[in-house]
Amino acid sequence: MTDIKVSNLQHTYPNGVVAVESVNVEIKQGEQVSVVGQNGSGKTTLVKHWNGLLKPTKGSVQIGDLITSDHPVNVLARKVGYVFQNPNHQIFAASVKDELEFGLRNIGNSEEQIKDKIEYISEEFGLTQYLETNPYRLGFSLRKTVGMASIIAMEPDVIVLDEPTTGQDYLGIKAIRSSIKNLKEQGKTVIVVSHDMPLVAEETDRVLVMCDTNLIFDGSPSKLFADESILKQTNLLPPQITSFMNKINKSQNGESILSVNDALEAL
Amino acid sequence: MSVIKIENLTVQYAGEETNALDGVSLEIEKGEFVALLGAHGAGKTTLCLSLNGIVPNMISADMYGAIEVLGEIPPKIPVRQLAEKVGSIFDNPEFQMSQLTVFEEVALGLQNLGIDKDTIEKNIKDSLKLVGLEGFEERSPFEISGGQQQRLAMASALAMKPEILILDEPTSNLDPIGKEEVFSVTRRLNQEEGLTVIIAEHEVEVIAEFADKLILLENGRINEMGTPQEIFPKFVDYQEGIGVRVPQVTELASKKDNLFSGVPVTLEESLRMFKK
Repeated sequence: MTDIKVSNLQHTYPNGVVAVESVNVEIKQGEQVSVVGQNGSGKTTLVKHWNGLLKPTKGSVQIGDLITSDHPVNVLARKVGYVFQNPNHQIFAASVKDELEFGLRNIGNSEEQIKDKIEYISEEFGLTQYLETNPYRLGFSLRKTVGMASIIAMEPDVIVLDEPTTGQDYLGIKAIRSSIKNLKEQGKTVIVVSHDMPLVAEETDRVLVMCDTNLIFDGSPSKLFADESILKQTNLLPPQITSFMNKINKSQNGESILSVNDALEAL
Repeated sequence: MSVIKIENLTVQYAGEETNALDGVSLEIEKGEFVALLGAHGAGKTTLCLSLNGIVPNMISADMYGAIEVLGEIPPKIPVRQLAEKVGSIFDNPEFQMSQLTVFEEVALGLQNLGIDKDTIEKNIKDSLKLVGLEGFEERSPFEISGGQQQRLAMASALAMKPEILILDEPTSNLDPIGKEEVFSVTRRLNQEEGLTVIIAEHEVEVIAEFADKLILLENGRINEMGTPQEIFPKFVDYQEGIGVRVPQVTELASKKDNLFSGVPVTLEESLRMFKK
């Protein structure tokens, strides 16, 4: 069990720029949470505190029973896996198999465990036929899958996906959405940093909205997309179906409709 | 008047077994706003790169068939020369930046054209104005937002006074504000300046609003071509096979009879067609 507890977090970069100002938030094991906001709002800075890539300037971040400022990234990474937006920033090995092995070996798995886990994870992500391939020979979408699989192979309790659907086509997005559903079923915490509002609406239960270094909203997507003033302040555009249903005043128990299927039910 | 004419165009990259483009024929009229849709690998990027001559001049490939852009044959003239008529914008604006200031960045392509200093300065001023970056002249291209960088890339292309603008997934690395900036500038250039726009883009709800014509590519071939209103309703049931989503209101209309008086593709249409 790894709950996340952020208390009075402030982060100032070495150049003096304050990126996050006094954020308090708690995330329980098993939650599906989106972090949204414009670039520069502080969302990436906030999230990078959860695996220790950044340490608080003030306040504290607790991951399970570990205070992040007391532990190095490689210890925290066992609990919180971070999947980069750009797989090229993450992938370096000469074959998919080596890439998947690296993290597993790093956290002390035996050769036998590594073999089993790679077999399982490559099956799960449809990578079995590419194990000997150089990741850079794969298309962007598959390379992104490799980045994700190599993190999930380490079985962290919490998985952070930074812009998972950027540059993906319909099938890529579908595959990512089904991975999120699987992780949810396994009781993992999934944190999605994204501008993809249909993804936020349909795959997560809670949205944290960052704006100008502050956390200005913490609630369900259906509450967020019904809140005109927050949407305006942050330039967030609800999914088309949500806007349509909002405009014709159809809601479900007073909250915004989030998907075509929900809309069909409400009409 | 057609500005682009392609007949039976086939492109094959070295070492690839399948054709990236496979017998594509199309014509694009001056001033049209055309969106290319399709899954990864469907041929969108190859089509963009064939139109600006990067394929086969810089990325080598075998090319068969006929291609004519503004009366030029792209494979037969230098890429730089074609860039004066055909501006190109890619998905990662940062990779296109190399200069210390926004002004120098836009000047870069112009200095190589051999035009006089006064004209260069005027072109830079005009193109920065067109993309809403007046006053940014002395800023560093690396210290502005992603949306501003992409608009700067557009200004660099516009300074050459092109007639066609090709944008390959220009907003995939931008946040919602950046996307909105790039789309609205693109639309203004099309409507007010009369530029022909060809854009590859995954955001179907935006495309439904902006595009005159959609070209749906599948495995290097044209599957469908027509207005958003003609095309989107046709493949509601084949989204997975084609690898392209349809707008959510279009999907709603297909699943619920008698909700609308037609098949909407934009939010505005859905509200107009909604039967109360």
